[in-house]
Amino acid sequence: MNLTLRVWRQKSPQEPGRIVDYPVTGIIPDMSFLEMLDVVNEGLIAKGEEPIAFDSDCREGICGTCSIVINGRAHGGQKGTTACQLHMRHFQDGQTITVEPWRAKAFPVLRDLVTDRGAFDRIIQAGGFVSVNTGGTPDANCLPIGKAESDLAMDAAACIGCGACVAACKNASAMLFVSAKVSHLSLLPQGEVEKDQRVMSMVTQMDKEGFGNCTVTGSCEAVCPKEISLDFIARLNREYGVSLLKGVQA
Amino acid sequence: MSINTLFNSSVGKKFIMAATGMAMFLFVVLHLLGNLQVFLGPEVINRYGAFLQGNLELIWPARIGLLVIVGLHIWSAVRLTAENRAARPQPYAHQELVAASYASRTMMMSGLIILAFIVYHLLHYTFQVTAINGTGRDFTTLQDINRQHDVFAMMVLGFRNPIVAGFYVLAMTLLFLHLSHGVSAMFQSLGLRNRTYTPVIARFAVAITWCLYVGYLSIPLAILLGFGSNYGGISK
Ligand code: FES
Repeated sequence: MNLTLRVWRQKSPQEPGRIVDYPVTGIIPDMSFLEMLDVVNEGLIAKGEEPIAFDSDCREGICGTCSIVINGRAHGGQKGTTACQLHMRHFQDGQTITVEPWRAKAFPVLRDLVTDRGAFDRIIQAGGFVSVNTGGTPDANCLPIGKAESDLAMDAAACIGCGACVAACKNASAMLFVSAKVSHLSLLPQGEVEKDQRVMSMVTQMDKEGFGNCTVTGSCEAVCPKEISLDFIARLNREYGVSLLKGVQA
Repeated sequence: MSINTLFNSSVGKKFIMAATGMAMFLFVVLHLLGNLQVFLGPEVINRYGAFLQGNLELIWPARIGLLVIVGLHIWSAVRLTAENRAARPQPYAHQELVAASYASRTMMMSGLIILAFIVYHLLHYTFQVTAINGTGRDFTTLQDINRQHDVFAMMVLGFRNPIVAGFYVLAMTLLFLHLSHGVSAMFQSLGLRNRTYTPVIARFAVAITWCLYVGYLSIPLAILLGFGSNYGGISK
């Protein structure tokens, strides 16, 4: 396959970046998108040019490190798929592909396609945990939890914190991420105890980081590689309302 | 409850937006039910008009309440929009807004035009400013045989002007667009949604917005097609 890549190149957070065009040849359709970028980078290194910096780790869709917007869609727009699991066979020979980093004030670009997603870590630090030591994996059925609740908690816990929700939202809102983290803890007895405090602290931190607000467009849910549902945002709103009425402070 | 948190947090401002939206939505439903009485004839709607105007204890709290609600809705819209713009200082070179409906992306635009319409609508039928009604008739002087203000004649005269009716239709279309996103979004923002309710709310939202649209359009369209043109009250 031959392609034209239009890639965002930026040396450092301070310097302005720009889109640079690269003609790419000899791509095998079974390569993943990141493997294709590896091939491009090998070519750049051979020519003595600076390779394109991008984030990746597991390359099997479970860590949430890969984070690129491909042709205007976070992770490339393949349903329920991270960029590392997106294969080149979904593109056409001769296609022009634009590759950009996540765009959000809260996710500053460090270099090329790499952004600083420390804002998510700070939101988790603000309340995305259980304060007591709950020990190791509990024995089966020693804590009775309904099947529906445990399934729902698991759906929320599937969030890999990649930030695609922020990248896809027209407002760069982090509500889907925060709602998934709030929900998977509050749905289970270990996390339920602190749910009022947690939602208040995490939303307060989210606002401090400069993310936008949810306007219920549904873009986040559509691009989420783990298909986290918008219903979790409704759950967050509900929990936040209760916390606000109880007068909980962040 | 901390009022400070309500007015300053992202989710708090969404609560304000949704709650005021819900209140205005209910007003729009009640207003339509009032208006539709025009089809029951001059006597019914004129009596209804006289009833509203005669209850100052009812109408003034309602007016002040609505003013506060509209104010809060606009205030939260302005604040939220400014924050949303600031959240993405560097735009994408290529962006596709997946799933986001046209209505959801243009709430500010539809809202502002509806606001302009509301101002006109109040001058037209509430303050009855002759200069902007396009008929040259002073609406305040219209009286029916029972010596009540002739609301029926005012509506017929008002909507017989195609430009006035056209602006009304345009505004109702934008209101329909605004509500087609707003009604289901307000349930979401208030947290009144889950796996079971989501499809029910979505269907309710579609059904009620269509009912409102058809209901509101039926009045100017019926009048343009000749409804009420043989009513004696309009020729005086
Ligand atoms: S690299 Fe781990 S999810 Fe893509």
